[in-house]
Amino acid sequence: MSIRERLSGNEAVATAMRQINPDVMSAFPITPSTEIPHIFSSFVANGQVDTEFIPVESEHSAMSAAIGAEAAGARSLTATSSCGLALMWEVLYVAASNRLAIALALVNRTLSGPININCDHSDSMGARDSGWIQIYSENNQEVYDNFVQAYRIAEHPSVRLPIMICQDGFITSAAVENIELLEDREVKEFVGEYCPDSYLLNSKQPLAVGPYAVSAYCMEAKRAQLEALKNAKQVTLDVAKEFAALSGREYGLFEEYRLADADYAMVIIGSAAGTAKDAVDQLRAEGKKVGLLKIRLFRPFPGEEIAAALQNARVIACMDRTESFNAQCGPLGAEVKSALFNARLMPVVINYVYGLGGRDVTVESITSVYADLIKIDQTNDAGEIYRYLSLRE
Amino acid sequence: MVKDLIQIRWHGRGGQGAKTAALLLADVVFSTGKYVQGFPEYGPERMGAPITAYNRISDKKIRVHSNIYEPDYVVVVDETLFDAVDVTKGLCNEGALIVNTARNKEEIKKYLNGYKGQVHTIDARRISMESLGKYFPNSPMLAAIVKVSGVMSDETFLSEMQQSLEHKFAGKPEVVEGNMKALRLTLQEVS
Repeated sequence: MSIRERLSGNEAVATAMRQINPDVMSAFPITPSTEIPHIFSSFVANGQVDTEFIPVESEHSAMSAAIGAEAAGARSLTATSSCGLALMWEVLYVAASNRLAIALALVNRTLSGPININCDHSDSMGARDSGWIQIYSENNQEVYDNFVQAYRIAEHPSVRLPIMICQDGFITSAAVENIELLEDREVKEFVGEYCPDSYLLNSKQPLAVGPYAVSAYCMEAKRAQLEALKNAKQVTLDVAKEFAALSGREYGLFEEYRLADADYAMVIIGSAAGTAKDAVDQLRAEGKKVGLLKIRLFRPFPGEEIAAALQNARVIACMDRTESFNAQCGPLGAEVKSALFNARLMPVVINYVYGLGGRDVTVESITSVYADLIKIDQTNDAGEIYRYLSLRE
Repeated sequence: MVKDLIQIRWHGRGGQGAKTAALLLADVVFSTGKYVQGFPEYGPERMGAPITAYNRISDKKIRVHSNIYEPDYVVVVDETLFDAVDVTKGLCNEGALIVNTARNKEEIKKYLNGYKGQVHTIDARRISMESLGKYFPNSPMLAAIVKVSGVMSDETFLSEMQQSLEHKFAGKPEVVEGNMKALRLTLQEVS
């Protein structure tokens, strides 16, 4: 039975962690994710979980400790943001290539500089090619639900990869909102016990983790890792189906909102998708055929499915909450355009950079994007295809 | 005011508890079965700097995640902000402004940029000193917004707050009693 509650996004993640009761949490605090280890450590102190909590001296150590624990056979996790994730960089790849199903609660915050504590996606987007599964959340409910599903995806025998569950710093992490929680027992049963096939502390089956691979094997290891990541797509769908049966809340690879007959589509990630849905409803009431595709699974990128969902759109806005300094497109823009090209679809795609360093995203700013798309269609003139939204000029 | 969505903006200074008050309002209104949002807007975090916090209250699920630019109500926790912040900016004329001040409405009018809606004042400092012996403006300002907006009845508000304070300050009955007194006094005095 669901429990009606009100929690911030950080409280929601910490609650999911308590219900999962993992074996090890290692953490080093950084705004705006600090509350997660803060709250969780109180669960440890109060005996509500029997997790081994390891306070460490840096994020590099937090991820390294999680890697060591996970390799030993313990279900492990950590939380971080921004420069904390950047400091984990080296070992993110180690976690993924050693096929360690660590869960990371990422609270998205911009990377310095200028130094700023607010939300954008430059931290997780920078880590998109590290081999981790990445799932993004619109609000506190989604980040809770995604975290409950995380280990089922990451630990699946055909996957065994680390998973990053992302939410927008402050915008959802610090906002108290209504939420429906599952009962502790339901979460425990859904997630299940962690029984890895092979682990370092199994004396009956000696094992090396992370040995040197000579050129004759390194490439094959990477290819095998790719196969595992590809498998994560179907597993994500299978787990979502089971989760829907338990919770009544349905998730897919992405969410389509009034998209099927939309001439003008927006592809967006995170909390701004909720704001954009209000904009879509307003414009639909005016008879404008607008729709939305909200990314949930970004790694692996479900390109074929996204291209199919966008096949009827005449003009598309790809919304990137990061600047990737390639002077051409953002990471989401690159993925979506590549997926459309592979599907031999050639709609006009405008790539917007928005919301950097916490720049507010309003119903009005989203409405202005749809107005741009409609104008482009009417005038048959795309103009600048790489734009900044709500920039003060 | 009967609306689908009530939007509230709080102005305070870092350390005064405007964010906490917004979260408490979300908490207490949640208990009436509504959908709520309570969230801060963070700039450089330092004691005394102007800070803003927000609430949305609705019978329907709230999806929007932007700041609030056209609030129905504005709560000013610290009147020295009049010099630094345009507190009535975007404030709906059918709504209201609530100010923590010992001055009367006429005296503060000059700071309100011609705002045409209702203005309410409450002397949160005196009430807090009388009730708690210390200056914590949060509780009086919380009671004031509940009274002025009518989001819930006084009785429901007081009983929910009693429970919530007893939970939070289980070992400190004097804190519970002091805060309850501040809430009751404010409900009577806000004008």
